[in-house]
Amino acid sequence: MSDPVLSVRNLRVEFPGDDGIVHAVDDVSFDVFENEVVGIVGESGSGKSVTSMAIMGLLPKRARTSGEVLYRGRSVRGLPENEIRHIRGAKIAMVFQDALTALDPVYTVGDQIAEAITVHDNGIDKRVLQERVLELLDLVGIPNPGQRVDQYPHEYSGGMRQRAMIAMSIANEPDVLIADEPTTALDVTIQAQVLEVIERIQERTKSAIVLITHDMGVVAGVADRVMVMYAGRAVETGSVDQIFYEPHHPYTLGLLASLPRLDEERSDVRLHRIKGQPPSLVRVPPGCAFHPRCEFARCPDPCSTEVPALRALGAPEHLAACHFAEQVAKLRPDDLKTEAS
Amino acid sequence: MSTLPNRELLDVPTEENQPLPPRREFVDEDTVIRSQWRLFWRRFFRHRMAVISTIVLILIIFVCFNASWLAPYPKNHQDLALGATGPSMQHWFGTDDLGRDQLTEMMYAGQISLAIGLAVAVISTVLGTLFGALAGYFSEWTDQFLMRLTDLFLVVPAIAILAIAIKKFGNSAATIVLILAGLGWMYIARVVRSQILSIKEKEFVEAARASGASHKRIVVRHLIPNTIGPILVNATLAIAAAIITESTLSFLGFGVQPPTTSWGRMLSDAEGYVGTSKAHLLYFPGLALLIVVLCVNFIGDGLRDAFDPQSVR
Repeated sequence: MSDPVLSVRNLRVEFPGDDGIVHAVDDVSFDVFENEVVGIVGESGSGKSVTSMAIMGLLPKRARTSGEVLYRGRSVRGLPENEIRHIRGAKIAMVFQDALTALDPVYTVGDQIAEAITVHDNGIDKRVLQERVLELLDLVGIPNPGQRVDQYPHEYSGGMRQRAMIAMSIANEPDVLIADEPTTALDVTIQAQVLEVIERIQERTKSAIVLITHDMGVVAGVADRVMVMYAGRAVETGSVDQIFYEPHHPYTLGLLASLPRLDEERSDVRLHRIKGQPPSLVRVPPGCAFHPRCEFARCPDPCSTEVPALRALGAPEHLAACHFAEQVAKLRPDDLKTEAS
Repeated sequence: MSTLPNRELLDVPTEENQPLPPRREFVDEDTVIRSQWRLFWRRFFRHRMAVISTIVLILIIFVCFNASWLAPYPKNHQDLALGATGPSMQHWFGTDDLGRDQLTEMMYAGQISLAIGLAVAVISTVLGTLFGALAGYFSEWTDQFLMRLTDLFLVVPAIAILAIAIKKFGNSAATIVLILAGLGWMYIARVVRSQILSIKEKEFVEAARASGASHKRIVVRHLIPNTIGPILVNATLAIAAAIITESTLSFLGFGVQPPTTSWGRMLSDAEGYVGTSKAHLLYFPGLALLIVVLCVNFIGDGLRDAFDPQSVR
């Protein structure tokens, strides 16, 4: 494979808080290559969004960050504001979760998309700009763009706002598009449409997409590769098939076993549930962060004493951070489901 | 459909006997584009006092600034033989000791009062918005410095400073405007700062940063436009405050000097006539001040309601 467009190396983000240090992201590394969709999944507070903010350099000042963020081999973390500005939006762009609050209420949608362009290209001809805006609205599937362009965000429906948001983020044809839960605020039908737009854009622009979500279904449908995060750490990475058909980590396995499936033949099985709550990021459990909830944990040694490293079992790009990955790999999600009584 | 006899009773067409109607294309054309401004004006026009006030104020401004051809007498035209008279058909607002027509005088004095009010409001609003926006956006050091500066300006006794400054720099209209603006920006700065503090946390600001916008662009293009409501409301109030302060200054003798007059100056000149036959010299400038300040305040009220999206009016 060619060189990655975006590399994250040993990223660590901590927030000093009143109760102690919040370990939001703990030693996360991943690569994003051209023309692929990388899905980052995990529950709330697993560090997905903080990772994306760290890549964009948008973390609040009090955050303590270490590690590297490389864009085409060049480090962008810690760059001064006026240098990283030229990367934001132009090379690495972002789609936010809630398009209603992420669009400025006082400007028309057209003006905002135009602004995303003029931020990086001030000298652009007005007529060219207008055409480009209409083209972008058309590309993301806004009906009647000629009229919609002059409307305000509050006159758009939820799905259209998210499309407008996507149009804004791809305005400069970025190499990497980070979509932070782009479909969470939408209902399922609209969600499918927005995902379709994302896929279509990816086909057209060949940009890499980092899709952050807590929805395994979304990842299965769109992503090429997946990283599963838990308590600020990557617990398993691999291709979408590897993750969904041969999970090596108990957490991934548990997540898959908890999903209802439409193609499930048997109706007399109960879905699996992962016991307990996600841990506080102030007091991450020692050893493997997942061990208090893990059915396979052998305590104290090694699960609660030693942090498992990401390691490959078979395929070199399929990594899991579990001491007993070999045993877990033999199991399938269905094995966790129990008979309904 | 013999199994469903009631269907036939109701004469409901069934799929078998009725072809589907042609699919109607969704037409988006009649969607009315109801912009923020249109909503704004609709809400503003519902505020009756604000609309009346706007008309009255525009009328007063028009009359004052067209005094050169509207005024019944030339400027400073004296009729010493006539002296001070009450309102009459020849002199609607009466005349003063020098026989000058008071209506004419009021028009020219109004030019000064209104111009000073507007100029002070504009300058102090610009200053206040700038300081407030910088303090709100760049927290910590900049905020601390600018807000302590604001406090400093707020605690100085304005009238005393004004009096001293005017003694030192002279009392031309321009000096008075600059000094009044220099002592009037703090209120707007505070309002703008508090607004910006809340708006800068909104996601669209983060989105703007994520799209590569600079600090300056975020402040100018996103933060200030989102604060425009409170800014305009406070600007109208600043007009009223400036007109009042100017009259106070003139009344105390620090304002504009003859032959230039303002409404405050006219009040000051007529100071001694309370309860005498020349009391009309006091009433008309006082009434003019009252009406203008009331109008401006009503307009401010109307703007505030119109800018408030939660307003139910």
